[in-house]
Amino acid sequence: MSTIVKLPDQSTAQLPKVSYLNKEYGLKSWLLTGDHKRIAMLYLISITFFFFIGGAMAGLIRLELLTPPSDLLAADTYNKVFTAHGIVMVFLFLVPSVPATIGNFLIPIMVGAKDLAFPKINLLSWYLYIVAGSMIIFTLVAGGVDTGWTFTTPLSTHYLNTHVITAGLAVFVAGFSSIFTGLNFIVTIHRMRAPGMTWFRLPLFVWSHYAASILMVLGTPVLAITLVLVVLERTIGIGVFDPTKGGDPLLFQHLFWFYSHPAVYIMILPGMGVISEVISNFSRKRVFGYTAVAFSSVAIAVFGFFVWAHHMFVMGISNYSALVFSLLTMLVAVPSAIKIFNWSATLYKGSITFETPMLYAFGFLGLFTIGGLTGVFLGSMGMDIHLTETYFIVAHFHFVMVGGMLMAYLAGVHFWWPKMTGRMYPEGVSKLAAVITFVGFILTFFPQFILGYLGMPRRYAAYPPEFQVLNVFSSAGASVLGIGYMLPLLYLTWSLKYGKIAGANPWQATGLEWQIQSPPLTENFIETPIVTHEAYDYEWLESKKGSEVPTVG
Amino acid sequence: MAETKHIDEPTHHEEHIVSPGLYMIIGSLLLICTAITVGASYIDLPGDLNAVVALGIACFKATIVVLFFMHVKYSSRLTKLTVAAGFFTFIVLIMMTMTDYASRAWGRW
Amino acid sequence: MDSHTVAAQTAETAHVDHEHPPYLRHHFVNVEQQRETATFGMWLFLLTEIMFFGGLFCAYLIYRNWYYPAFVAGSHQLSIFLGTLNTAVLIASSFTMAMAVHSSEVRSRKALITWLLATIFLGCVFLGVKADEYHEKWEKHHVPGLNFSTADFTHPSKDYKDDKLAPDMAEKTQVYFSLYFAMTGMHALHMIIGVSLLTILVIRAWGGAYVNGHVAPIENFGLYWHFVDIVWIFLFPLLYLISRHQ
Repeated sequence: MSTIVKLPDQSTAQLPKVSYLNKEYGLKSWLLTGDHKRIAMLYLISITFFFFIGGAMAGLIRLELLTPPSDLLAADTYNKVFTAHGIVMVFLFLVPSVPATIGNFLIPIMVGAKDLAFPKINLLSWYLYIVAGSMIIFTLVAGGVDTGWTFTTPLSTHYLNTHVITAGLAVFVAGFSSIFTGLNFIVTIHRMRAPGMTWFRLPLFVWSHYAASILMVLGTPVLAITLVLVVLERTIGIGVFDPTKGGDPLLFQHLFWFYSHPAVYIMILPGMGVISEVISNFSRKRVFGYTAVAFSSVAIAVFGFFVWAHHMFVMGISNYSALVFSLLTMLVAVPSAIKIFNWSATLYKGSITFETPMLYAFGFLGLFTIGGLTGVFLGSMGMDIHLTETYFIVAHFHFVMVGGMLMAYLAGVHFWWPKMTGRMYPEGVSKLAAVITFVGFILTFFPQFILGYLGMPRRYAAYPPEFQVLNVFSSAGASVLGIGYMLPLLYLTWSLKYGKIAGANPWQATGLEWQIQSPPLTENFIETPIVTHEAYDYEWLESKKGSEVPTVG
Repeated sequence: MAETKHIDEPTHHEEHIVSPGLYMIIGSLLLICTAITVGASYIDLPGDLNAVVALGIACFKATIVVLFFMHVKYSSRLTKLTVAAGFFTFIVLIMMTMTDYASRAWGRW
Repeated sequence: MDSHTVAAQTAETAHVDHEHPPYLRHHFVNVEQQRETATFGMWLFLLTEIMFFGGLFCAYLIYRNWYYPAFVAGSHQLSIFLGTLNTAVLIASSFTMAMAVHSSEVRSRKALITWLLATIFLGCVFLGVKADEYHEKWEKHHVPGLNFSTADFTHPSKDYKDDKLAPDMAEKTQVYFSLYFAMTGMHALHMIIGVSLLTILVIRAWGGAYVNGHVAPIENFGLYWHFVDIVWIFLFPLLYLISRHQ
């Protein structure tokens, strides 16, 4: 059997006459929409824009690090560049990527609802995101911020005169965008499921978003108040983080990481949801251990609140509390590992095909595992003292976030592209891009593990010459990676006009979203669905196909 | 068909209208507790007991506001769980941050 | 296909049988679902508020432990009369707000407007007292970062002679006042937002809204208002009543 999916005969395939895309025309109908699918598309465009800005910053970083001296950028400028890279990539790309685009689009459809619980708040969420993004762009243009994305005190409060306040307030606004998205998801999932859609019939994508939403709602406000305090400290000088006035700079870090550690789970959990869907579909097999995967998502969310000080082991916290946090960090790795085991078991004896989403999913499985394991290494205090603030940390989080999360995001975009746009992307180019990305990623970030344990510090524009070879590998990989990310932008845009018509269910997938037309109607369903089958029920799909005319366009 | 039961059918909790009389009782109770808490702060209690008493009374006041003014006593299990989750996370923030501050004075090992 | 047809029928007939009030949004099946989701949404928002203030309470707890004498001295500078008065005012406003919700539930327009206006009035009284307190703090040079002076603590006046502090501990009173202003300021901001929203609600109630079964906005605003009251219930003893016996 060929690995290319069989598409409907293009000469007879047609897009549906009415869909959410052509229901109304005009800028106002998009900018004042309540339709979760249109908001998802607005997010898709904005997130892609900010991704490439963050990517440009990354390009500058890797260019500078080709040579040991700080020759391309002065040290201060380099600080501004990696800060911009961090803030844009974390707050404007990774946090909203899957939830705000794919999640917004699919959650109502997957639970069988007409829209999210609060459509206007959903739109507000996007506008807050745009405001935050604009403020960040302003800081970039007006001279930058050089605190690092972590705004560590007292550097950010007392020793810098860059645009810390604007950046801090921008992140505050972005935080509320995130909170409102999460709030919407939780209420929708609890209260708007269709008849028959019990909790354990939900796709695992929904479970992951539910867990991530809990983190968004409970964790982000602490970041908000922390940034407010930093702003007050910088403007009025209240002294809450200032040692000369009796404050403790470490308090900032406690409050900051109380959010920022759960934030990494906010970033990865939706991606894990995508992987569950993709692996199941391209193995033609239900996810092994559905309950375990569902509960492990919630477990990651809960445990994720207990481990934040592992970012502060060398910062001056007491060794006793460091011990507690280290122990809990070991525990939090367990649910993530459970998921990897379950996905592997799903693959076992499945009918595996290697479409583009599946290639990204395989990339995720390998790279996230490496990243996650290195996280456990860092969780042990003895290792962390040696490795912290080195490139080992940089490599660790890029493995989980880029090798993990970004790959999952691309998997999701490719998997649901036919549903969102009604078009298929060109399979050959997309597979090439996936492979290029994988190779480029390894070349970029694996040397950084080595650099890290050899002792190269992070956030330095200049480094000792003995580290140059590995840095050159890394920068070379970055250019390959850049090509790998540019390609989807090009061919996905191309596919909007020239891609093959997809039809309702090109992947022969289960799930409510595949039983409706591509692109969907504004109200999603013509009549409220009644759910009688379990999630990932391929036998049900087989029997359904037998009694209906295949829908082509 | 059991499958077609609307699983998100409302649980009709909001039909229960709390009487103004109960509100008056709770309001008066809150005022009395305020007076007690002010009075207690003038009494020198041993050790940290002043703080414990003040916080204890505040917690009691907050509880009756949540249960009666905010109708949580008459609300669904989901609402009760949500309130509990909020306070639980707040306690986690306080307690685990305090593990650091409380143990700093214990020395290195 | 049969299940779909059945679903369509039950959905259709249900749609016609239920009253279809103008305030029912179309992505909801019925009014009950809309009401429950709105309340759930408001509770989740209140959870974010718990964590938002939680960060400030965390900071307070740490610094009170570290600088207890400075906190005692700072607390004594606040007017216990005004603080208690404000607490009573807020408790009364919670009562009036609960009564407003009740009026909406029993569909009494006049009562609703009266109780909402009473809540606004009490909210404004609270804010007025707070403004007066802040003004007094400014006069006495207790505003951190802007005009702070430790003179009241290194050389206290006759009334506060028990609050004399050594110079380094006197410096720490600035931390106390930072937290005082941050916490009560954030609380006051929430009160201002609350009073503004109340004004909108009263205007709409005047036009006949919220007494036709659409209780949710009043009820959910009530949740917000009670929450702001609860924050004050904790702020009052923590800021005003630190060891009044000294």
